[in-house]
Amino acid sequence: MTTTHSHWQRFTLKQKLSRYSVYLILLIALLQSIRTVEVIPEFFYDAPEQMADMFTRMWPIDFAFYSISVHDAMIETLNIATLGTLVTLIFALPLALMNASNVVSSPFSHWIARFFLVSSRSVNSLVWALLFVAIFGPGVIAGVLAIAFRSVGFVGKLLAEAIEEINMGPIEALRATGASWASVLLKGYWPQILPAFFSIVLFRWDINVRESAVLGLVGAGGIGVVLNDAMNLFEWQRVAMALLAIFAVVILAEIVVVQIRKKLI
Amino acid sequence: MAGVNASKHLDNPFKRNWLITGLWALVAVYLIYSVQTMGLSWTRFSEGLGHAGQLFDRMFPPNFERWELLLSGLAESLEIAIIASVTGIFLSLFLGLFAARNLMPSWVTIPMRGLIALCRTFHPVIIAILFVKSVGFGALAGILTLVVASIGFIAKLFAEAIEEISLKQVEAIRATGAGFVSLILFSVMPQVFSRFIGFSTYQLDSNLRNSTMVGIVGAGGLGGTLFSAFQRFDYDFVAAILITIIALIMFGEFLSNIVRRIFR
Repeated sequence: MTTTHSHWQRFTLKQKLSRYSVYLILLIALLQSIRTVEVIPEFFYDAPEQMADMFTRMWPIDFAFYSISVHDAMIETLNIATLGTLVTLIFALPLALMNASNVVSSPFSHWIARFFLVSSRSVNSLVWALLFVAIFGPGVIAGVLAIAFRSVGFVGKLLAEAIEEINMGPIEALRATGASWASVLLKGYWPQILPAFFSIVLFRWDINVRESAVLGLVGAGGIGVVLNDAMNLFEWQRVAMALLAIFAVVILAEIVVVQIRKKLI
Repeated sequence: MAGVNASKHLDNPFKRNWLITGLWALVAVYLIYSVQTMGLSWTRFSEGLGHAGQLFDRMFPPNFERWELLLSGLAESLEIAIIASVTGIFLSLFLGLFAARNLMPSWVTIPMRGLIALCRTFHPVIIAILFVKSVGFGALAGILTLVVASIGFIAKLFAEAIEEISLKQVEAIRATGAGFVSLILFSVMPQVFSRFIGFSTYQLDSNLRNSTMVGIVGAGGLGGTLFSAFQRFDYDFVAAILITIIALIMFGEFLSNIVRRIFR
């Protein structure tokens, strides 16, 4: 009897080779990027000094500016985020149903839904805002639509995944009673995805509050407009006030979402 | 057959959930309120739809004539995304480790978690503005922005992944007398590595998307090209850039799927 000296290896040769080639490609890409990227080193060394200068200009924060224009702009931002999230649902719900394989089983409809969901996610909210500002002119409408179009991909994808995970038993039971298509959707699917639905919508609302705060930089309404104006006039103390307001609202939104989620789910 | 109709209390099996109904009512009230306060009107909207038709007329066919400009912007976006992702992920490895509450004492984790939360609260565009003001226009501001954004997202996920590991293996390695570095390398890393790869590829994807956007505020990349095309009403060139961005992101998603499959 010969003893076989088998040496235990965690990965096969093929696995190792493919992993090392990923590392290698990444390394080459990194080196190539560093070599060709146009960065002026003096700017980099100078950065801490410039940063410090910027922050000293921001101090003291101009709190009086809050009641002048930050407050109204902030309310507008929150409205854009909320309204945008609601408008998203109009598009996201049908697309999610089309994308879920246990609702519609035709691959053609999956393809269409996926196309819309992916393009919505690929285009950044600022780019959506630029497009809508070009169409509707500067203002709130552009902001709401930018938020809505950007969120469709996110909400639709997650909703479709939630729908695919449900228990099909109640659906079959409903179908067996001869329930209509609409009844099956409302009484079979809907109650089961309700918790996921609320958690997805809340999560997206939280993200949208952050995003709507910057849409104004391209003219789509909200606090971003105030921020942009203050920056163009080099009124750094006002910029600091606007940033502080954004910071506070983002934190508040997160706390609200966490609290509601605890209560609801 | 009399038994079928005998029962007098036929409850509706689908009870109305008053909390949810109230919520929908609230949503309806909010809709009316917000549409009124923000001055949204149907005429403005329908007028805009007319403009949309004009805009699309001017966008098509997309104009790829200035492909050199497009390509240089694209290359810069890619460079920003790659450098920022590698730097951000590398820094996040350490920050995530220091923020993990099951391995570190609280006087280390609390400031670390604060730092990570601070990186996450501001939208990348706002961070980009601050960096553009402090290091000037160009790719450097974009890289720094995306590094900060990566830390905010990935370091948090890393810390959470580390907190979920099984401590038995850590104890086993510790029992052999291994030092701290060996402990991390041989007991913590193997348990979280595949999840780290998942987060990292996701972040690379997300940095790729954002690198096409930070240019709008002057931080380099394709976003700058896009924004100036918008300002000069070169809508056919805008269409070309948008198509390029979508293609780039789809390609990025395809690549990260491959990487994820390799490391599964």
